[in-house]
Amino acid sequence: MSALIECDDIWKIYRVGDVDVQALRGLSLSIRQGEFVAIMGSSGSGKSTLMNIIGCLDQPTKGRYQLDGIDVGQLRSDQLADIRNRQIGFVFQSFNLIPRTSALENAQLPLFYRGLSLKEQRAQAAAALQRVGLHGREHHFPTQLSGGQQQRVAIARALVTGPSLLLADEPTGNLDTQSSQEIMGILEGLNRDGMTVILVTHEADVAASAHREIVIKDGQVLSDRATKTHMAGV
Amino acid sequence: MPAFVWLTVLTALRILGRNRLRAGLTMLGIVIGVGAVIAMVSIGEGAKRAVQAQIATMGTNVIIVWPGATTVSGVRGGQGGAVTLTVSDALDLKKKIPVLADTGWAKRDVMQIVNGNLNWNGSINGISPSYLTIRDWSFTSGGPFTQADLDSAARVALIGQTIVENLFEPGEEPVGAVIRIKNVPFRVIGVLAPKGQSAQGSDQDDVIFIPFSTAERKVFGTPFLGSVGAIFASTDRAEDLPEAVDQIREVLRARHRLLTEQNDDFTVRTQVDIGKVQEGTSQTLTLMLFSIASVSLLVGGIGIMNILLVSVTERTREIGVRMAVGAKRRHIVMQFLIEAMTLSLLGGVLGIAVGVLGAKLTTVVAGWPTIISSDVIVVAFFFSLAVGLFFGLYPANKAARLNPIEALRYE
Repeated sequence: MSALIECDDIWKIYRVGDVDVQALRGLSLSIRQGEFVAIMGSSGSGKSTLMNIIGCLDQPTKGRYQLDGIDVGQLRSDQLADIRNRQIGFVFQSFNLIPRTSALENAQLPLFYRGLSLKEQRAQAAAALQRVGLHGREHHFPTQLSGGQQQRVAIARALVTGPSLLLADEPTGNLDTQSSQEIMGILEGLNRDGMTVILVTHEADVAASAHREIVIKDGQVLSDRATKTHMAGV
Repeated sequence: MPAFVWLTVLTALRILGRNRLRAGLTMLGIVIGVGAVIAMVSIGEGAKRAVQAQIATMGTNVIIVWPGATTVSGVRGGQGGAVTLTVSDALDLKKKIPVLADTGWAKRDVMQIVNGNLNWNGSINGISPSYLTIRDWSFTSGGPFTQADLDSAARVALIGQTIVENLFEPGEEPVGAVIRIKNVPFRVIGVLAPKGQSAQGSDQDDVIFIPFSTAERKVFGTPFLGSVGAIFASTDRAEDLPEAVDQIREVLRARHRLLTEQNDDFTVRTQVDIGKVQEGTSQTLTLMLFSIASVSLLVGGIGIMNILLVSVTERTREIGVRMAVGAKRRHIVMQFLIEAMTLSLLGGVLGIAVGVLGAKLTTVVAGWPTIISSDVIVVAFFFSLAVGLFFGLYPANKAARLNPIEALRYE
């Protein structure tokens, strides 16, 4: 099975004032299609920077990052936007739903930029909402939904385009235990259906859902181990 | 792409709808600017049309010659200060210049007129019968005097509407009545149709016409017989006017024996010249109004830019999310531009309504004529669109240049 994500000696250097900050220092990493990976690390370890690069929101200063065989480092911002739209779904800690906009329209957003007709957008967004168990709440505004429901809308928005990769950055960080379990259940279900899921967390019980745990420290991989033998599609 | 634009317009409308007060206040500048343009142009057009109508009351293709200033030992008299034009000048002009359809002459003074126990001070004009045709005077009752009346210095008079109103009781028939001008009895033989205000603002109906010969011999007491206040001429075709003016100058200079280095001792003006002066005035006015309106549109545009910059800051996270799910820079630019143009266009449409209403109200309340041209509405519409586009560009670009990572983290 081919690697979906291939990071080869990636460096990311920021310039803050007069000082160069090395967020990633020659990190190499390979993730295959269908894996469920938890990325862990303390704050400042470089895991957020790694997520941004994997999510094509940022590009490495040095080194090569290939997503599905495409060298992302060479792409312009419009091409990156296209890749984000087609290949990647994002789930954030703070949900990041657009306020005063219905659940359905939030879930439609990626399709809107794909240029689909309104009818197709609605149909696909409704299907995505149904998949995360929000059938009947299409026309609720974010303020009318609980935290867990809002995060489910965000997951629906992430999977509505049928991406190969789902990036979840502390998806349960703002949720109570029960909602967290529901969300993790949904992510596990998506992984079982073949979607690659990368989860950033520092909660061990959340990371336990994943099949592989990568720990980042000082911009490099500290440890990389399989936590479960089972792997989707293998 | 069209689906994208349409949906963005809907989104923009909804976003503006959420903040109705803010959107309304932002639009106000454009509303006032566009409204002012529409109302002012309508009033200006109405005034221009009124002036044109007034100029038309002068007659058709009219040329007026006034006596010029005299210069005695270097002391120059004012316009019309000299008695340099005569009846024989007028007759000679007609004889020597074939393009002139007719010439006439007039001399004017303000005197007391009495009818029974009513009196009035009005403008008494001694005229040649041809003057009436050149200046397009018509009659509501009675008719003009003739060459025979002129030859015999008959004591007959034609009176304007203002004179009728001031010298006659309502219902009294003026034609046939005898009025006294400077104690000389005149029989009224015609009442002139009203002309209203002249282009210069004087009442053209406050006139009495009497034969020129009668005026100079029996009323005015002219020291030089045959001197006139002004000579009037007309041509059949408007395009003959410039040539006629040149020839009039030539003939009069020859008759007055002016040497080449001497200035004209008369002034020749055509109706077109007089119209141009009036148009110049109204153009200056229109230009001034336009610049005021432009300033308010500019201020309105800056208001839109300001509110959009606030909006970009408020919605930084939203912009980050949009970028994360695949919005390209141009999508973000379009979104904010469309929002700006929706604002300015709504303002423009409201402004057009306000302007049209204002113009109509001006007509009703102040009685000024207004003309609402569709041109100015179309221009105002596209101008407000352009204002939105221009002032939306900076905020839109600012939004599109946001770094998605920072935008997503923005608190």
